[in-house]
Amino acid sequence: MKHLLIAFALLSGTIVNAQSEKFTAAMQKQLALLDSAKTTQDFQTVANAFERIGDAEKTQWLPYYYAGLALTRAGWMDKTLDKDANAEKIKALCVKAEAIEKNAEIYTIRNMAATQQMLVDPQSRWMSYGQESGNALQEGLKLDPNNPRLYYLQAMGVFGTPEQFGGGKTKAKPIFEKALELFKAEHPKPLYPHWGQGQTEQMIAQCK
Amino acid sequence: MKSIMTGLIGLVLTLQTAGQVRISGRVTDTKKSPLIGASISIKDSYDGATSDTAGRFQFVTAEKGEHTLIVSFTGYKGWEQKITIGTDALNFTIELKEEFNELKAVVITAGTFEASDKKRAATVLNSIDIATTAGSNADITAALKTLPGAQQVGEKEGLFVRGGAGYETKQFIDGTLVNNPFFSSVPDIASRGRFSPFLFKGTVFTAGGYSALYGQALSSALILESIDLPEQSAANVFVSPLTWGGGYQQLAKNKKSSWGLSYGYTNLGIYFNIVKQTPDYFKIPQFHNGDANFRIKTKRGGMIKYYTTFASGDLGLRRADIDSAVLKDAFSLKNYNWYNNLSWRENLGKGWKMNLGAAFSINKDDIQQQIQNGYNKPVTTNTSYIDGKNFTLNHRQDFAALRAVFEKRIGGGNFIRFGSEYWYSSDRSFYNSYTSRLTDNYNAVFGEADIYITNALAAKLGTRFEYSSILGKANVAPRLSLAYKTGKDAQVSAAYGIFYQKPENTEMIYTTKLGYTKATHYILNYQKTSNNRIFRTELFYKKYDDLIKTYPVTSNSGDGYAQGFEFFWRDKKTIKNFDYWVSYSYLDTKRDYQNFPEKLTPNFAAYHTASLVTKRFVTKIKTGFNLTYSYATGRPYYNFQLSNGKYNIADQGRTRDYHSLGFSVNWVPSVGKKNAKAFWVFFASVNNVLGSNQVYNYNYSYNGLIKQAVNPPAKRFYFVGIFLSLGVDRSEDAINNNL
Repeated sequence: MKHLLIAFALLSGTIVNAQSEKFTAAMQKQLALLDSAKTTQDFQTVANAFERIGDAEKTQWLPYYYAGLALTRAGWMDKTLDKDANAEKIKALCVKAEAIEKNAEIYTIRNMAATQQMLVDPQSRWMSYGQESGNALQEGLKLDPNNPRLYYLQAMGVFGTPEQFGGGKTKAKPIFEKALELFKAEHPKPLYPHWGQGQTEQMIAQCK
Repeated sequence: MKSIMTGLIGLVLTLQTAGQVRISGRVTDTKKSPLIGASISIKDSYDGATSDTAGRFQFVTAEKGEHTLIVSFTGYKGWEQKITIGTDALNFTIELKEEFNELKAVVITAGTFEASDKKRAATVLNSIDIATTAGSNADITAALKTLPGAQQVGEKEGLFVRGGAGYETKQFIDGTLVNNPFFSSVPDIASRGRFSPFLFKGTVFTAGGYSALYGQALSSALILESIDLPEQSAANVFVSPLTWGGGYQQLAKNKKSSWGLSYGYTNLGIYFNIVKQTPDYFKIPQFHNGDANFRIKTKRGGMIKYYTTFASGDLGLRRADIDSAVLKDAFSLKNYNWYNNLSWRENLGKGWKMNLGAAFSINKDDIQQQIQNGYNKPVTTNTSYIDGKNFTLNHRQDFAALRAVFEKRIGGGNFIRFGSEYWYSSDRSFYNSYTSRLTDNYNAVFGEADIYITNALAAKLGTRFEYSSILGKANVAPRLSLAYKTGKDAQVSAAYGIFYQKPENTEMIYTTKLGYTKATHYILNYQKTSNNRIFRTELFYKKYDDLIKTYPVTSNSGDGYAQGFEFFWRDKKTIKNFDYWVSYSYLDTKRDYQNFPEKLTPNFAAYHTASLVTKRFVTKIKTGFNLTYSYATGRPYYNFQLSNGKYNIADQGRTRDYHSLGFSVNWVPSVGKKNAKAFWVFFASVNNVLGSNQVYNYNYSYNGLIKQAVNPPAKRFYFVGIFLSLGVDRSEDAINNNL
């Protein structure tokens, strides 16, 4: 009986392992594709693949997170992309991810989506989307006050605001430095988000 | 050993490929155009693909048996199909239907300038735009005159739209009619509007073809939507040599309700000492203005709003009498006005919305005109046409309105709206010893439907039924508009409608055996918008029927027409921190009404009208510079003389062309100071900087031998002021408007 139980435990362990191995392998494959993606089409393809993984898994927020991340990258890169439609899609992915787990990383995605919408017409959208992106940062920091990506995004916002309005290089630099410090202390779990350190280093160089 | 291994691996691989099935196909929209980037997946598996630039996709799957194939794409309705995966490759042709999308859908724009929804790029003018339009001095009507369709009329208040008189434009706040939207005026001097642009979050200026929800305006409806809860509690103070005042807004801690009070006092004494005015003001214009409001957010996300304002004004001025070399006309005016507006908008659930409104106002004018001699003493000349200018008029207008509108969303962008309104108006005047009273009970029932046939084709159909007790007549006014999207950012729209309006009280004093005046509008509009750029052009024809003739008898025997075209271009993008718009209107109009001997172009219509409005914000010095140039060709003027029982044109001409250059500067030092407790704005402006001789019209002496130009009371108008807001960080507003 005891043996049977052990055998059963081992067997089920193997199945679980097999499943997570399949998940890990699929995620790693898509992460590699995300890193090498260049066109909007590439990003969309990766985002769709991540979403499929998320829909099949049902208990993993990471695939939705990466699907959203892929679409924000398309948003930064593609000037002609319909930012509102793209952001709506990203936010829908965030909702799916948050239904599984609410965390700071998802707020980085929400921040970027709202920022992209704001940048369409900063003058008239500052009040709505500027506030939305700011709120995302605040909410994210509440959940994880040491998330380096949130500081990086905050610094980017300050960097992009004209000096006269309380922004500029000098004000952004200390925040970038704080982000870098946190990046260096970060030990992300496998598959977990770890982007941003390189960008932060580049921005610090630009602030000089 | 090695070969066995290779063999084994080979076997496994073969088995795997043999077990996989290829699924391919093509995703298109209903017009068979490929959809790029659509996601295709097998439900609950990782397997799937993304459609390529030809809409094609393919992938292999190891899944077997019954599954669901899912296709999704942003902006389109999802697609699902049960499939059985066996051993054969599967191929699908998938057509996705477009979902209704408020942002992408075509909007009916014929005749309408909308300035409310910030999500739409078509935003034309918001409250800050109005306040920073040089030459407007934060007067809504003055700023709207820089849009196509409105005339540069300076001697009378009101919007003179497409050949229509000022009274053919009506103003509505939260749905209900405003009976006295302007301060009471002195002959030949236009007065300001009573309402600050900052009271409103949305402004819709329709130059014609407006919705069946509104009526009793032959030419145009100005639809104003008041603001909801303020962002934060704040105290405001404004100081200038002309006017000063302050206010307070309190937002409840739970941000569900607010109340506010404000008071302002205007005295032009100091100003008139510095800037000489042509008329001799024996009573310096003084105005008191107080208002109060409360706003409550309801549980279901609706709003209850109440706004009241009380104003009193007092002034007197003396001008040379045109029929004599020594006499003067002394005109004095006292005005009291009380306006109340209560509205309730609510979500009733299941796609139903309700808008209730009630308005009540009292306007009282005490006017006196006296013929005075060279020593400013009253005189009697025994010449009837001079003595006849002496008069006293006590005029009181009471107005009450009740309105209910229900809206039901029936999927997508389709709506039906219906409702009813009731207006009570009472107009009492005591003119010398004559007393008159006009009371009207007006009822209207209306309904309209917004129908989206596709995202690219929409129609709005409406009808309005009206009955006025004073006329004892009813009417039915159909309205129709269509919009078709011709490209990504471009669209064509058309509007048709019949509009009725009661005759003016000044006409009904003589007889109420009259019918409605009537206008039929035909409008064709093309609009192209992209981020921060908008181009629109409009072609219109308006037919007037049953206009009021006042001679030989007061009757509905007048008629007329107006036709023309307009352009509008606004660009906030090309030059950073520089915003400008250009508008141009061509107008050809003639009408036979009042005492006109024949069809003539009325005095309020110029052939060509154009405006250039520019705004530049220099972030370095936190200062905005605004310049507005308006131009209109001369307007006609006439002298009619009665002879042999008929009016004849004794004299006529055209005024000189109208030029006006307005300039204003606003310095906002608090911009960008995070958490600044005090927010300062310093403001200065000049109207008609170049001092052009502006002639609006000519007045004639009784015998028609002397004519006198109607000019503004002073060539230029200057304004300087300081605005201070305490307790609120409003720099975000400023960044919002200047970034």
